[in-house]
Amino acid sequence: NLCLLFFQSVTIVCYSESFAFIYKYCTIYFYLLWPLPQQLHQSADRGCLSPQRFSFTYGRDSAAQTGCSVLDAAFKRYFSIIFPDFTKGSGLLMCENQSNRLSVKTGGCDGYPDEDSDESYNLSVSEGQAVLRSVTVWGALRGLESFSQLVYQDDYGSYFINKTEIVDFPRFAFRGLLLDTSRHYLPLHAILKTLDAMAYSKFNVFHWHIVDDPSFPYQSRTFPDLSNKGAFHPFTHIYTQSDVMRVIEHARMRGIRVVPEFDSPGHTQSWGKGQPGLLTPCYKGGVPSGSFGPVDPTIDTTYKFMESLLKEVKFVFPDSYVHLGGDEVSFACWQSNPNVRKFMEKMGFGKDFTKLESFYMESIMNMTAALNRTSIVWQDVFDYHERIPQDTVLEIWKGEKYQAELSRMTQAGHRVLLSAPWYINHISYGQDWRNSYAVQPQNFSGTEEQKKLVIGGEVAMWGEYVDATNLTPRLWPRACAAAERLWSNEEKTLNADLAFPRLEEFRCELLRRGIQAEPLFVGHCKHEYDGL
Amino acid sequence: MTWVEVNAAPELIHTPPLRLKQKSADRTALNTDMYCLLKCSPLILAVAVCHGWLFGDFVGKQKELDEISLWPLPQKFQSSAVAFKLSPGSFQIVHAKQSSAGPSCSILVNAFRRYFEYMFGDLKKHEKSRKKVYDSDLAELQVWITSADPECDGYPSLQADESYELSVDEPSAVLKAANVWGALRGLETFSQLVYRDDYGANNINKTDISDFPRFAHRGILLDSSRHFLPLKVILANLEAMAMNKFNVFHWHIVDDPSFPYMSRTFPDLSQKGAYHPFTHVYTPSDVKMVIEFARMRGIRVIPEFDTPGHTQSWGNGIKNLLTPCYSGSSPSGTFGPVNPILNSSYDFMTQFFKEISTVFPDAYIHLGGDEVDFSCWKSNPDIKKFMVQQGFGTDYSKLESFYIQRLLDIVAATKKGYMVWQEVFDNGVKLKADTQIHVWKERPQYQDEMAKVTAAGFNALLSTPWYLNRISYGQDWVNIYKADPQNFTGTDAQKKLVIGGEACLWGEYVDATNLTPRLWPRASAVAERLWSDKSVTDVGNAYKRLVQHRCRMVKRGIPAEPLFVGHCRQEYMGL
Repeated sequence: NLCLLFFQSVTIVCYSESFAFIYKYCTIYFYLLWPLPQQLHQSADRGCLSPQRFSFTYGRDSAAQTGCSVLDAAFKRYFSIIFPDFTKGSGLLMCENQSNRLSVKTGGCDGYPDEDSDESYNLSVSEGQAVLRSVTVWGALRGLESFSQLVYQDDYGSYFINKTEIVDFPRFAFRGLLLDTSRHYLPLHAILKTLDAMAYSKFNVFHWHIVDDPSFPYQSRTFPDLSNKGAFHPFTHIYTQSDVMRVIEHARMRGIRVVPEFDSPGHTQSWGKGQPGLLTPCYKGGVPSGSFGPVDPTIDTTYKFMESLLKEVKFVFPDSYVHLGGDEVSFACWQSNPNVRKFMEKMGFGKDFTKLESFYMESIMNMTAALNRTSIVWQDVFDYHERIPQDTVLEIWKGEKYQAELSRMTQAGHRVLLSAPWYINHISYGQDWRNSYAVQPQNFSGTEEQKKLVIGGEVAMWGEYVDATNLTPRLWPRACAAAERLWSNEEKTLNADLAFPRLEEFRCELLRRGIQAEPLFVGHCKHEYDGL
Repeated sequence: MTWVEVNAAPELIHTPPLRLKQKSADRTALNTDMYCLLKCSPLILAVAVCHGWLFGDFVGKQKELDEISLWPLPQKFQSSAVAFKLSPGSFQIVHAKQSSAGPSCSILVNAFRRYFEYMFGDLKKHEKSRKKVYDSDLAELQVWITSADPECDGYPSLQADESYELSVDEPSAVLKAANVWGALRGLETFSQLVYRDDYGANNINKTDISDFPRFAHRGILLDSSRHFLPLKVILANLEAMAMNKFNVFHWHIVDDPSFPYMSRTFPDLSQKGAYHPFTHVYTPSDVKMVIEFARMRGIRVIPEFDTPGHTQSWGNGIKNLLTPCYSGSSPSGTFGPVNPILNSSYDFMTQFFKEISTVFPDAYIHLGGDEVDFSCWKSNPDIKKFMVQQGFGTDYSKLESFYIQRLLDIVAATKKGYMVWQEVFDNGVKLKADTQIHVWKERPQYQDEMAKVTAAGFNALLSTPWYLNRISYGQDWVNIYKADPQNFTGTDAQKKLVIGGEACLWGEYVDATNLTPRLWPRASAVAERLWSDKSVTDVGNAYKRLVQHRCRMVKRGIPAEPLFVGHCRQEYMGL
């Protein structure tokens, strides 16, 4: 058997005199898995995969069968990921006598991934056959990703996979990545590419910070003027409804939720252009200065507008979560406005503008709850106002003392997302992925119950200095550090030095898959990036 | 026609934003019939006055995007609001009748095509049908090479005359330069003057420019050893360099991690020292292509073969070249710098640099000489014996000097000049008078080092503030922009010895995936410092121009990263 011969020769080389050199390659074979599965057993026995014979099939007793859009598409996708050079009829170095199939046993096929989606899977690769078992298609997607990472090519171009048993499930249910399409517009293909790379790292939430002060690229069906007047350009720098559909569908196919953020009442300068009367007019010396502040929380029309907008958001974005922002509200403009001051008096808020902000956010959160959606808000909302709807998810973004904030929020019984240590738009010289990797999201003082309230975290790539020219290399592989922290067992993955060679390999794998991931340090990949 | 002389005090430099807010009536007066005459020293002031109509946003957001923005700013520059149209169907770049260059001048012919593409590339298809030439059209750009030898087949050099004069007026624009090198710079400037109006038509304003570089050596260092850089990436960056009037590509081609240069004399160097002997090497024809591509853009290619340190990868292909390190009394199996006590080392260097001197046409070679680690030499008993013989005591910098001295003699015999990193000067090696000392260290302060080097009468090049591989969050181009190579205490004669500087992008964390956006537009800040007058220091004005310059690079296919929040009309479409 040809395969066996190959295998034996490699084993011998492994223990030959140039041990250190070859050893590296041996570890690659066993080690290229990112994020690390919860339980992994690999043996040195390996089998061949023949591109001509290999196929994905649905298990006989599988609940999902051909016709399951998510898996049909995933089979196709992963086949070309595993066999990138394969074109029909050109199998030169083939291993004979192997019939390899990956059999998928899974259930649940339609719909969208959500907060309760079961992403666990079991993967068993044995002689001639691999079996992937999962409860849902989302678990199957994660398992297919792991399977694809297990396959490797030897120096002759033959494909191999080692005998492997994997039992895997995510540590956290919410593993997000934030892109900011307001500070710079990101072309659709940049977003889709990011979704591809997210799936490779088992991220499952795309937090779309779609609008902000600088521009409003979301083309609203209810309020078309928002992008007509608020986008950088009304035609070239917008996301049409079909663009948004495409993003959502591309994400769904990869088991990724799309959670949009419509941040208010601050960060809304661009909204004002298309929605006159929405923002608070700022005053200077008793007269309007011509500039505008946050959303005007004192007038009914604001709430009517927000309700219509949120209704549309509910209609367009299928996810049960909506991010409502609520961060960094500047009070100077509210303070300057006589109507706002009058309103403050009427409501008995005194001079405490945080109360006004809370009043606004509470209305918006209630509105969202009435639409059957779960709100996510930035930590500011909690910091100013501890009485917020219990099922609201709080997201921590302020860099300092996030552990203390985790304690406080979970003590108040809220579910929490951690983002503060993962603002990877902040760049520095050197291997800063190590900082991301060292984060321990549950390392704060609190009970076991409190720890469970940490539902996950997000990598944030804010857009001040990022657009299509530099987004991808700035994101990858730096975001992978958080991906592993959020998926894998922390005990097994705390040592960054041990993770380094695996991450280096994974980065090369990303390159092979066409993701422009930057280098971690000096070195090279077999398949270098050949774009520009 | 009235000319306005602007000669105000430097304190007024920060007035442009105020000028911008002038009532439109005032500005119209400025626009219609007024020229700003810019002379070298009050240049910024002049820009301040011109600002209102040159760089301002008086017609609105979209307009702002397409206003002209010259980068780097020319030395002398006058412009008016009188605009001419350029028709993609009929506009031509031609050799002037009086020009000493003609159709056989490949550098110019290729440049004409390149700049035509930049200006009209996305338009010409739509407007082919347009035949009629309007009165307000600019029909052609005449390129007039004035010296008898246009240097069409030559290579740019340190002495190359890059000055040019450009006059844009009806019916022809004229670009006058002594030779092709100046013409290339002028073509770039001309292409930057062209802007698109709201109807998509190309316009150019009536303009007069007289321009020349402040420094003769304006370089970019790329490191192809720590990561291999595919040819495509190097060529794209030569393009970007030309857009920024850089004129030296310092190719740090080999170093410790890999030896991608394929040597004809010693093929084992790359065969055994490259990351991969076939996919991660520069073949002789690759090198030739880089040199020719650079020549076409008026860019010199200076290779660096750094020794005696930074040579780990050399040892793979050349036995006994490196010093065996000892652990106790036996060789440890690891190797240190080039072994300076063996004749074979010098024989190798002689043959090797003989090859290098023929492959690379430039008059200079960079010999490195930095960061030599003495610990391996110290461990080696043969070296220790040699030290005693030579009477060096325990001063290993003397041994380093001994090596460098012999190497310099070897290279001098090839008729090449050399550049070295500052350590070689610091260690007191005897150097030829025309040696260029490359200052890179942060300590001692580079200002002191520049003063010391020039006081000793050597040419100095500055890189310390321009290590662009060092990234940080935010607009770090501002500090890059503020650094000035002549900002040290010294006589005028000393200042004249500063021949320029280089932006360095070392390769620890950089490869094809992130090189271009990391380098551009941050290196553009260096480009303006090295080209424009030293009074061009207004960061606010530079920001506005640089934002547009980066959009121009994006439009030309260079993924230059953003400076801050905003957008370009044409975003980067690659990925």
